[in-house]
This record gives sequence, structure tokens and C-alpha cells, in this order.
Amino acid sequence: MREMTGLKAKLGLDVFKPSKEEHIKIKAGMGKDPRVKKAILVCPAGLYSESETGEVILTIDGCLECGACRIACGTDVLDWNYPEGGAGVQLRFG
Amino acid sequence: MEKFDAIIVGAGLAGLASAYTLARAGVEVLALERGDYPGAKNMTGGRIYVNPVRNLFPDLWKNAPLERFIVREEVTMMARERSVTVSYYGEELREKPRQSYSILRSKFDRWLAKQAEAQGAVVLSKVKVDDLVIENGKIEGVIAGGDELRSGVVIACDGALSLTAEKAGIREPGAARDYAVGIKEVIELDTEHINARFNLEGNEGAARLYVGEVTRGKFGGGFLYTNEGSISLGIVVGIKDLMDDDPKIEAPALMDEFKRRPEVASLIKGGETAEYSARVISEGGFKSLSALYGNGILVAGDAAGLVLNIGFTVRGMEYALASGYYAAQAALRAREAGNFSAGTLATYKSLLEQSFVLKDFKNFQETPNVLGNPRFFRHYPELAGNIMKDIYAVPAGSKNRLYPTVKQYMTVREMWAMFKDMWKLTKT
Repeated sequence: MREMTGLKAKLGLDVFKPSKEEHIKIKAGMGKDPRVKKAILVCPAGLYSESETGEVILTIDGCLECGACRIACGTDVLDWNYPEGGAGVQLRFG
Repeated sequence: MEKFDAIIVGAGLAGLASAYTLARAGVEVLALERGDYPGAKNMTGGRIYVNPVRNLFPDLWKNAPLERFIVREEVTMMARERSVTVSYYGEELREKPRQSYSILRSKFDRWLAKQAEAQGAVVLSKVKVDDLVIENGKIEGVIAGGDELRSGVVIACDGALSLTAEKAGIREPGAARDYAVGIKEVIELDTEHINARFNLEGNEGAARLYVGEVTRGKFGGGFLYTNEGSISLGIVVGIKDLMDDDPKIEAPALMDEFKRRPEVASLIKGGETAEYSARVISEGGFKSLSALYGNGILVAGDAAGLVLNIGFTVRGMEYALASGYYAAQAALRAREAGNFSAGTLATYKSLLEQSFVLKDFKNFQETPNVLGNPRFFRHYPELAGNIMKDIYAVPAGSKNRLYPTVKQYMTVREMWAMFKDMWKLTKT
């Protein structure tokens, strides 16, 4: 099982600047697509989860902009972009 | 309207190396960075090997903000309940000029951007390139924040996904089998503790790689680098293997398990995690390199897939710096010729072929196939652990002779398979 509290705490250490919009979206009607489910395994920030109805939900807060979900799921099922300039994660160590 | 000679997308190592080189040659260059500052979106394991790029930037290294020079190298084969470590220390690692340094990119990239600016480059942060200006099949500039910015050439240095090269139509989205995801924690720990735990003095540093159970037998491994006042600890896992259900485990859980291993936990004890970051890494080597140039565009660094994993060393930053440098050289020649078409920019590929960059990639083009062998991640760490366990065990009764003990693991069949695997690895 995912240790949500530990992961949330780690993400809480990072600096995030607010973004005007969600830069990654699951495309309409693709929530139950098996390709999207792969994101649950690969996302280092644990932002993808499966709802009771079997639909994958993405919570964009805490996105590290790593690109793993884009590679794993593909652009047929994800509307994928980086956040606008000056938004999103800002690494202090890198 | 003002037109730049070159617009660089992304102020990472490739982009800044390009900007630095172009500005030094007196060319008008603009580097656009979507982060709050150069380095805000960039992370590495990380260690940089300076030798291959020292002479490309002769004045740069003396004051570069690097962390520690690496004098201790270790590889740990991690089995489920034990591990076997090979340690290498050599006086040659201590000699000047030093071969490799641990590095933190937010610090380094910010500094490198200042050096490029001092040469006359314009580096603008908080600006994301949204699209390209394409006219008659040639890239004529970028669209950023609603503004059209024109240039002779666009140099795409926007990282492993390179949406810029995709928009230029010279690259397809990457396939899972060619990429890994890297996850890292920077754990702050005082210098005294680091030096004592890793047997270091002054600004000497240690590098450790872990293979086996750290990724539950999936392609990849763990890494640890000592920085000045922190430890970079992380894992790299093949995305394809991570997507498979054998065994099914989420990436963050692998990282937590790695930290909890007694071999690792004792090294980071008392340290405080200060940052958690992740990125994708190209793993396909020569065969999965992306297009290097097009009409009005050059692609450098991670954007071109220039990362080379040969098992004991995983390198990307030198290739980023060098490809940025050669992209700048190609852009300078195209500028002199007054022609930024694909035909002229093809010089870039020749320059890379003549340099260590593509020579390395060609020399090691079979390595990704060899390293893809699951025996390296599943079988050998367990085997090494089991042999050590039996060699070191002292039971209550009499101890078996060592030869039959080892022979039960090292059957002729096993040795033959091992010989073939090692042969393939060293042959490449």
C-alpha cells in the first residue's frame, strides 16, 4: 500500500508556485482506459488513484513535472503540458 | 522587430552551454527558461565527469560550484536479505584535475546562467515556450507568453520529453521501453557526519550504486552521492518494468523501501529530507537518439536523448554541455553562411560524430540490450548474497568445505550463463 502521509510530507518540502490551470488532464472518457491505470504505478508523486467506480483520478497538486505518466500512458489518453512559466515545482537543490 | 541569431528553449546544461558559447562569439542569443530561475526544473542523480568537457569551456571550471570530488566508488548487489559490496578507491581518483564531482543542479545551473549572461547572453526565466513559428517548413522562432520571437535558429534544450522537437515535427513521443524514471531525495546532513560515515576527508566525496532488490528486480538501481552538506539518495527504474505487474509496486513505495534498507538507513540516519524530485531519463542509447536537427532547429542534451548508461557509469551532463557547445558551433557556421536550413545545420551531427559524444554512443550501442538482461537485477544479486552467506556462516557443528558449498550455486550451467553475460557486457 502507498504510504500517503509520508509521500505528502515529502512533497510538502518542495516549493510549488500556483498554476492557473491543470497542466495535465486525463482526456474525456479515458478515465477507465487501461493505459491511464499505468500512471498509478509510475507517478513518483502518487497523484493518480483509482476511484471506487474504477475510474482513474488525477490530483495535479504536487506534480514534479517528471514526465513519467506521459511516457507510460501516452498522449492518446493524457492531455499533457508543462505548467505556464514561473508556475509549478521550483527545485532549490535539484 | 528584433530578431535574434539564436533562441534557446530551456536553460539547463545544454541550453546554457549553447548560450555561453554563442554569446562568447559575439552572437545575439536569447535563452528562455520556464522555471523561476535556471535550474528550478532541473535535477540529476548526480555526478558530473569533467574531463570530456574541460577544454570546451576552459575558463569555466575553476570557480564552478561543484559539491565534492569523488574518491570512493562502490557498487552494492542488493539481495532480499543481504548485500555484497565492491569498493574501489584509487590514488588516481584523488589526482588533479579531478575526474568527477557530485553536483546539485539548482545551484550549478543558476551559476552557469550568470556566466552566460556575463558573456552577453540574455537569459529570461519564467517564460515558457508554447509553440514554434513555422513558415514554409522552416522554424523561424518561438511563441512564448503570446509574443512571437524570431530567430535564425531555435535550439531545443527542453529536456527528455522535448515538446519543442515534437512541435517541430522531428520527434515522436517517447516509448516506455526507452525511458526510466529517476526519483531523488536530498537529505541534509552535517559535513562531519558525512565525512565520518563515508570515510572521507575535506571535500572528498563518495558515490554508491545499488542493484537488485532496490528495484525489486526491475531494470534500474539505486544511487547515493555525498554533497557538501547533504546526501543525494534515489532510485532509477525502467518505466516499462514499472508498468508491468511482476511484481506490482508503485514507484514511491520502491523509494521508501530503499531508504528503509539497513544498509542505507544507517547512512542517512539523523539526516533531514529537504527536497523530493523526479525526472524521466532516456535509456535507449544510440538506437533511440532523437533527431538532432531540422529546418531551422537544433536539438541538444536530454532533448536529443543524450544519456548513456553503461552500468557502472550513467552519464548525461557532459553530453548535454558538449552537445550545447557543438550546437552553438553549428549555429555559428550557419550564421556565417547566412543559411539556417537543415542542410547547413547538419554540420551539428558531423561535429558530434567527430567528438566524444557520438563516439561514446556508437561504442556502447549494444549496451542497453545487454543491461536489459533481467538476470543482472534479479538473479546475480541473490546468487552473490547466497554464496557470501554460506562462506561466512559458522554453524554450531562442523562447517562444510568451501568448494562444495560454492559449487552448489556455481554449477557448470550457471557458470556458462554467467560467462556469457559478462562477455556480452565487457564486449560492448
